[in-house]
Amino acid sequence: MHELPITENILSIALEAARGAGAGRIVAINLVIGDLSSIVDDSVQFYFDLLSQGTPAEGATLRFQREPAHATCNECGHRFEVTPPLVPVCPACGGMRLEVSGGHGFAVESIEVDDEDRDPATNIERQ
Amino acid sequence: MKIAIQQRILSANDAVAAENRQRLDSAGVLAVNVMASPGAGKTSLILATVGRLPAGLRPAVIEGDLASRIDADRVAAHGIPVTQINTGGGCHLDAPMVRAALEQLPVPDIDILFIENVGNLVCPAEFDLGDHLAVVVASVPEGHDKPYKYPGMFARADAVIVNKADVLSVFEFDVAYFEQGVRLVNRAAPVFVLSCRTGEGMAAWLDWLLAQRDVAQSAEPPVLIGGRGADASHSTG
Repeated sequence: MHELPITENILSIALEAARGAGAGRIVAINLVIGDLSSIVDDSVQFYFDLLSQGTPAEGATLRFQREPAHATCNECGHRFEVTPPLVPVCPACGGMRLEVSGGHGFAVESIEVDDEDRDPATNIERQ
Repeated sequence: MKIAIQQRILSANDAVAAENRQRLDSAGVLAVNVMASPGAGKTSLILATVGRLPAGLRPAVIEGDLASRIDADRVAAHGIPVTQINTGGGCHLDAPMVRAALEQLPVPDIDILFIENVGNLVCPAEFDLGDHLAVVVASVPEGHDKPYKYPGMFARADAVIVNKADVLSVFEFDVAYFEQGVRLVNRAAPVFVLSCRTGEGMAAWLDWLLAQRDVAQSAEPPVLIGGRGADASHSTG
């Protein structure tokens, strides 16, 4: 539900970075999103397509790099990836003392900009 | 061409949150962000807590709600300074909303500020408001699986409350299982099982909360009285 303000932030960070670098069109935005952050990728892309219209980021692809969360068993040391809903039991030893770490990533990692005169996606010359 | 950014998506919100926190710090206000699903007892916890504060400790409340003033009116009926934020359907509070709300409150006259977030166990977890403590309220009728399903929220809690303990005998709520779920993602947060209705368990929560106030105060830069230990950059006026 909070994807709209999040998408607005992603767009403004990307546009500012492109402007700062004197770049033209933004063709991709790379995001790092933790598995414990409740973000629906499709929903962000949906809002992005609307919000980016008429900006240098119009048509850009959002790439979601998921940052996994891991559970470590304090009894046998087994480490494994987890996603919500979490489970309280170690699959290796049945131990109940697990600790979850990571999975909180929530960042714009980089943008990819097109510094050619032609847009490779459409091959239409930009004004 | 690739341009590296490495910036938190909510960095604009975080910057305003830092300003809010600084403003509250300089006024000596402890701000508590109360988060929970709808109906867990956020307003009840705030009222039950305020009613037990030691004399002389001045509370205030920021009420976040989708549209209504129901909770704010409930708080105001107790003579507590309260200001309402209506998010207009938005599912969480953010730092700029709290900044605006602070304009409506007599900040220098507040010792402890409760910020009641919008009822939601998902979205509010991502937005720093400039508070000092994040308190997550769960309640017995919701079931003991909430930390397993909403780990992001419980991971950022400074304290977790299980409200409605007076109906524990009616529901299949396993307190140990709940607490184990909190421990999966949060090593430190204390878990308080209490009932805002009957008052059972409230004392331990109050003790903890007031101790946090002392911690926050002792973390403040030295107050310059008579210039002893004075930092040269500070004015003694």
